[in-house]
Amino acid sequence: MYVAVKGGERAIDNAHALLAEKRRGDTAIAELSIAQIREQLSLAVNRVMAEGSLYDPDLAALAIKQAQGDLIEAIFLIRAYRTTLPRFGASEPMDTGKMACTRRVSATFKDAPGGQVLGPTFDYTHRLLDFKLMAEGDVAEAETGTPRREPTPHITEFLNAEGLIQQEAPSDETPGDLTREPLELPAARPLRLQSLTRGDEGFILGMAYSTQRGYARNHAFVGELRIGSVPVEMDIPELGFSIEIGEIEVSECETVNQFKGSKSEPPQFTRGYGLIFGQSERKAISMALVDRALRWKELGEDDMGAPAQDEEFVLYHADNIQATGFLEHIKLPHYVDFQAELELVRKMRAEAQTGLQEAAE
Amino acid sequence: MASEALTGGFANAPHAAAIAFRGAMRAMAMPGVIEHIEGAAGPAPLSPAASALLLTLCDPETPIYLAGIHDTAAVRDWITFHTGAPLTDRARAMFALGTWDALAPHDAYAIGTSEYPDRAATLIVEMPALTAEGARLTGPGIEKEAALNLPDIPFCQANAALYPLGVDLFLTHGNAVAALPRSTKVR
Amino acid sequence: MNSYNFAYLDEQTKRMIRRAILKGLAVPGYQVPFASREMPMPYGWGTGGVQVSAAIMTPADRFKVIDQGSDDTTNAVSIRRFFERTAGVEVTETTTEATVIQTRHRIPEMPLTSGQILVYQVPIPEPLRFLEPSEVETRKMHSLEEYGLMHVKLYEDISQHGAIATAYAYPVKVEGRYVMDPSPIPKFDNPKLESPAIQLFGAGREQRIYALPPHTRVVSLDFEDFPFEANKADAACELCAADTSYLDEVIMDDAGHRMFVCSDTDFCASRRAAGHAGIQEAAI
Ligand SMILES: [Zn+2]
Repeated sequence: MYVAVKGGERAIDNAHALLAEKRRGDTAIAELSIAQIREQLSLAVNRVMAEGSLYDPDLAALAIKQAQGDLIEAIFLIRAYRTTLPRFGASEPMDTGKMACTRRVSATFKDAPGGQVLGPTFDYTHRLLDFKLMAEGDVAEAETGTPRREPTPHITEFLNAEGLIQQEAPSDETPGDLTREPLELPAARPLRLQSLTRGDEGFILGMAYSTQRGYARNHAFVGELRIGSVPVEMDIPELGFSIEIGEIEVSECETVNQFKGSKSEPPQFTRGYGLIFGQSERKAISMALVDRALRWKELGEDDMGAPAQDEEFVLYHADNIQATGFLEHIKLPHYVDFQAELELVRKMRAEAQTGLQEAAE
Repeated sequence: MASEALTGGFANAPHAAAIAFRGAMRAMAMPGVIEHIEGAAGPAPLSPAASALLLTLCDPETPIYLAGIHDTAAVRDWITFHTGAPLTDRARAMFALGTWDALAPHDAYAIGTSEYPDRAATLIVEMPALTAEGARLTGPGIEKEAALNLPDIPFCQANAALYPLGVDLFLTHGNAVAALPRSTKVR
Repeated sequence: MNSYNFAYLDEQTKRMIRRAILKGLAVPGYQVPFASREMPMPYGWGTGGVQVSAAIMTPADRFKVIDQGSDDTTNAVSIRRFFERTAGVEVTETTTEATVIQTRHRIPEMPLTSGQILVYQVPIPEPLRFLEPSEVETRKMHSLEEYGLMHVKLYEDISQHGAIATAYAYPVKVEGRYVMDPSPIPKFDNPKLESPAIQLFGAGREQRIYALPPHTRVVSLDFEDFPFEANKADAACELCAADTSYLDEVIMDDAGHRMFVCSDTDFCASRRAAGHAGIQEAAI
């Protein structure tokens, strides 16, 4: 006896209750606080802020807690929250030359004004599990100097002074906003950069890696990677001048790319650019490589047919919230489509069968 | 800014705009059908229907052109205060507002591009009357035939001939609104 | 922070969507780009339909949501609840009582009437997408009315399989101009696309809205020697005996016995309430 299924509402309620229980885990174990996540899982918090496109460490930590550590789910929570926020205005362009650098390295010059600053990096850690962390243990205070407060010049500017690196034309044009206007192709570089900075870290990394392995190789060196805090200023029309509304931590990467020259450009170095909320250097470097690969047209290079050169391919597939939603939607019911295909396959088989029989007779 | 600019908005904007939009959408979906939309009252000579359309559809992202007697300080202030829409010329306007004659030359508005026919202006035409008689309309949204007192039959025919390009019209009088999208054939 | 606007979306977002809907109605079948917002449900789960519904909903509406023809599938329940909570509108499962119906993959069996609005959730709005992956190219093809590729594909189907191998999301031509994806409805539903209701299509992830005003001419693509056929399972509903409704096939036991029931649950229930009984009901 078949009865049409009812009970969707109750099933959803029960699923939510189970999810909440699972999130909390064993109640004999102390609950994580938002502050603990913010302070001790800061790189996860950074990723959620970067791909969620919202600089708010506390909300990112909350999202991570609510999402049980599923970072894409946490990014989704932040995005859905962000889109409901009213917009009061836009900040002035940020000057990363004013950054108080906690880390700054260059692969192209041994030293430069401002110096190389290793900062808090995994780079030279030996990747050995530190079993001491299994017990709660205090950490000895690290020796620190005072961060440099005077502006630290960008290393690529030294090449620029010699005319050895391609000039970036300054523009006062208001860049487009992916979150307010539908993407239109071909996309200007500001839109491409916007898409890359909020794109999925794994996707951007994979694309960048593919350029290194020869799919539109662009011979990149890290001209400079810097991480630190930068003031954000906003023009207040009522006051008639800009005021500092806060500071954010960002990672910035400029690559210096070998360039033989093209029909339109002389031999010189070219650049790729990456800028990400928080400390997120893998993403910043990846972004710079993919940015450079996408610039083939404006630099007069050849289309190698590489995935990383295809702006439509990169921009339409970089967003993990779009990707995960569409990917996971195939678990929703598709009875109707499937039924339609079932009927079609049966019909075509029956016709093929008749055809075979007729041929045999 | 005169205090007139501050009044005449929707009392409960989310509800009122939703109800007004339903009327505007039905008008655009069913050319010739006359809907009544309420709740907004801009300064004269703005009709209540045109006022409601502006509040429902316009904001800082939609440049507006004001034609003739509708281009007054009071109307400009009202639009700025309630919608934040920038005022512009015919060619750049997403919305244009005025009487039919004042809106001339009617071929000065954006008609969209072949790849983006949606980038065409919407003209809000203030009419001396709005009745279901006059020009014969056929096309999408019309089961057999509809009738409407259009301001300018030759223009509407020429506009339809541009399809899928062309401008779209809202016709307003008092609380009444009708529409003539470019898809409608006119006799 | 806890209170959201009527129907969730902020007014500026609604205006942007409303403008896109009007342009969609003015150029039936043309996909209007719109700045789709992140919704509190995943892309691919109806965010386009939800944004369209949110932009057109009025407090006086009665809202119905179906997924696969059913009001009780989990995603339909979830979307219906979302609007109950954020717009406070009345909801219904009865097609004839609904003023706005949001649907995924079906058009109700009960003919819709003038004044009703049907909102479709659309996953891939571009009918040419699986023939040409590039958006730049497909946009050009629509602008030049260059639909040869689609006819070639359909014709290849016929020469290879003896039939057009598209069973759902079957492409249509709108008012003799734009080729349009009717969303993944079974092609059985295609003839219902010519309707007195206003039909709106929302694709959130792909950022497109398109529309069919009432009575718009909608023709399923076909060939003179291979005319379009709106087929369904050759059976009657075993609950209500309907033999003209689209049927779901349900597997009954481990031996693979199956039965057919209406996909449109409201249609089936109202027929049974009116005394119709299929072979299962009659056997009791
Ligand atoms: Zn039935």
